[in-house]
Amino acid sequence: MTPFLEMTGISKTFPGVKALDHVDLQLRAGEVHVLAGENGAGKSTLMKIMTGVLRADPGGVIEVEGEPVTIKDPVHARALGISIIYQELAVVNNLTVAENVFLAREPLGPSGLIDRRRMNAETRAVLSELGVEIDPEAMVGTLSIGQRQLIEIARAISYRSKLIIMDEPTASLSHHESATLLRMVRKLAGQGIGIVFISHKLEEIFEIADRVTVLRDGRTVDTRPADGMTRDLLVRLMVDRDLDQLFGHHRSHATDEVLMSVRGLSEKRANDEGVHISDVSFDLRRGEVLGFFGLVGAGRTEVMEMIFGSRPYLGEISISGRSVRIASPSDAIESGIGFVTEDRQSLGLVLGMTVRENFSLTHLSEYCSFDFVNRRRETSACEAYIKTLGIKTPSPEQKVLNLSGGNQQKVVLAKWAARRPRILIVDEPTRGIDIGAKAEVHALLNRLAEEGMSIIVVSSDLPEVLAISDRVIVLKEGRISGELSREEATQEGVMLAATG
Amino acid sequence: MSENSVAPSERKSMGGLRYLLQLRHMREFNVLIALILMGLLISLFTPYFLTVSNLMGVSRAFSLTAIMSIGMVMVIITGGIDLSVGSAMGLAGLITALCFDAGYSQYAAVAAGLGVGLAFGLTNGLLITAIGLPPFIATLGTLSIGRGMMYMITHGVPLTPNTPDSFSVLGQGYLGPVPVPVVILLVLTVIFTIIMTRTRFGRHVYATGGNENAARLSGVKVERVKLAVYVLSSTISALAGVIAFSRYLSAEPASGFGSELEVIAAAAIGGASLAGGIGSVLGAVIGAALIGEIANGVVLLNINTYAQQAITGGVILIAVSIDVLRNRMGGRG
Repeated sequence: MTPFLEMTGISKTFPGVKALDHVDLQLRAGEVHVLAGENGAGKSTLMKIMTGVLRADPGGVIEVEGEPVTIKDPVHARALGISIIYQELAVVNNLTVAENVFLAREPLGPSGLIDRRRMNAETRAVLSELGVEIDPEAMVGTLSIGQRQLIEIARAISYRSKLIIMDEPTASLSHHESATLLRMVRKLAGQGIGIVFISHKLEEIFEIADRVTVLRDGRTVDTRPADGMTRDLLVRLMVDRDLDQLFGHHRSHATDEVLMSVRGLSEKRANDEGVHISDVSFDLRRGEVLGFFGLVGAGRTEVMEMIFGSRPYLGEISISGRSVRIASPSDAIESGIGFVTEDRQSLGLVLGMTVRENFSLTHLSEYCSFDFVNRRRETSACEAYIKTLGIKTPSPEQKVLNLSGGNQQKVVLAKWAARRPRILIVDEPTRGIDIGAKAEVHALLNRLAEEGMSIIVVSSDLPEVLAISDRVIVLKEGRISGELSREEATQEGVMLAATG
Repeated sequence: MSENSVAPSERKSMGGLRYLLQLRHMREFNVLIALILMGLLISLFTPYFLTVSNLMGVSRAFSLTAIMSIGMVMVIITGGIDLSVGSAMGLAGLITALCFDAGYSQYAAVAAGLGVGLAFGLTNGLLITAIGLPPFIATLGTLSIGRGMMYMITHGVPLTPNTPDSFSVLGQGYLGPVPVPVVILLVLTVIFTIIMTRTRFGRHVYATGGNENAARLSGVKVERVKLAVYVLSSTISALAGVIAFSRYLSAEPASGFGSELEVIAAAAIGGASLAGGIGSVLGAVIGAALIGEIANGVVLLNINTYAQQAITGGVILIAVSIDVLRNRMGGRG
């Protein structure tokens, strides 16, 4: 039987990076094919090629039902029967279910107006085919995340898709919703629709997969039937690679003194959406670099937001043995905590302000007498940090929006390092920055720890967490699922705790 | 950013020219040029424009709008808007008049007028920060409440109490050739320019409007900053109301009507972005001057006064368009 979609020798080169290197993939009708691999392994690039968002380099061959094709754009992909459901849902909350399903291809009546009755009836038919009870006239915004995902699936089916790609569809779903979704996926496969399923959750992969293809560093490692595959084997296939030599030198500066102790940190507001943090307890020692690892949606960022006062919490946080109540970021800052946020553009920087103004925002009073800013002192402090961190900017007066991502990240680090907090939380400190800048960021963190600062590093980059942490705490679905010392922490061990 | 684009060696030789060239990089440059060009244009048609007495008269006429625009531009820089400035102004004048009417001293009367501004500002600020109302809605509400209160108090009849001569200096007096309201305007412009460019509070105002979340996560007490700018805006408007009352010695039931639009226009002409983070006190004041200049030109040139609003509208659109295009083309530096 010819596979529905066959990709042979697919490569994709971005400036300076080979994202895909001769990848082969066969997708059969009616199978659930799991695509596994670490962040940056090339999964999303491959998906984008399948759906016509990106073009592969010349030389590769894509065949749909035996016919060689060039997928021109997403509309063409859809015409070929290929649909995708993105991790970030693409539904409009202020429209009804039916309006979303038929968005941009609304059926028109003889008058030229939208034929609502037909639209609702067809939506109802698709939904009942899926076996779900959702009113086609309900506002999408009133539905749960899980239900919204089903709307997207309904939309894909109404296109008569033969292949549906799902990018981490369960990442933000509750257990119950995930189970419903997985049943749905099985049912669709039973009807002959091919499913490409991307997931980081091992248990899910084994529950749903017919076959698994593992990508690593842009290459196909292997495609195997899910039967006969073990967890250990899958993890090894995914992460087996040399630790980057750039980041080899780790020296621990951790002391025995417990600086911050967190007990029973839990969600204050009940929420249906996303993760639910419960009973997170840990100690942070002076001079320690503590790594926090977990998959997308495990709750790492949420835990840090609680500690930094931007998310309500239950539980107790004490610093240097004194219990503190942190109700706002300024409370946290006064308690000696700094937070380098994951999203530097929307949370870390005021893009329209200069490097100097962003740099000093966390500790402006140091340069003030009677509320007047001493511009000279401010500028010279900023220049010193520009030099030590190697921030590439023509002057402190450059607006940060003109800097590259790596240099913006260094500005965020500088503004916190200069404040000298006792505890510095860094969330995804090296996401999206090049390898050289990454090494400089790691060196800075190491130096701050040496000076006695305690650092919490949150990262989904496993080699990074292992390279710079003295100890690793693993989160899974809002709870701590493992705590490993530097000696115990191997890629396999941490991955198992995060997924297993 | 502009200072540093000139190399130190060039600085000495360029002398005065350097200042002129640097002026080009000022955000206020466009509106300043517009002000000068408009003045020249009017002078071409009438000899009466460029006289000391006319310019002083014009300045006194736009000084109240300009004073109010100082508060407004700070609110706009935080990303907010204050529609209630006209009501704060009118009600402050009226309460001052009522105090005189009741026989209180002029100090008590002025304090009561400014107190009205404080009350307006606290109400706006708390509605916005504590309850979380959008600034447009919160200040639209207080605009209307203030307006209603003025009618309730006056029953539509102007209030003209007896006032001591020393009080009327505020609105009618001169310091040399310069009308006192203009002196007050100049003093406030200097004070608030320093606050906005040289103090921590000013920096926090810009940061709040530039990226509220980043500012909050950097430790800026964003709510406090917002409360402060609304209090400042209303109190400054109340001061304008007290000056207006001192000028005419009559509290009109419709005083301040619709002035919020002119005040917002002044800030926008002066380069303030309604999205927040961008703007300056000096720009807003020059913007108000430009509007006042147009009004004066219309009168001097015998143009139908009904056309004045249309001309002002056109100038707003042209000035802000030039500003937007200039920023887009001039790169982001």
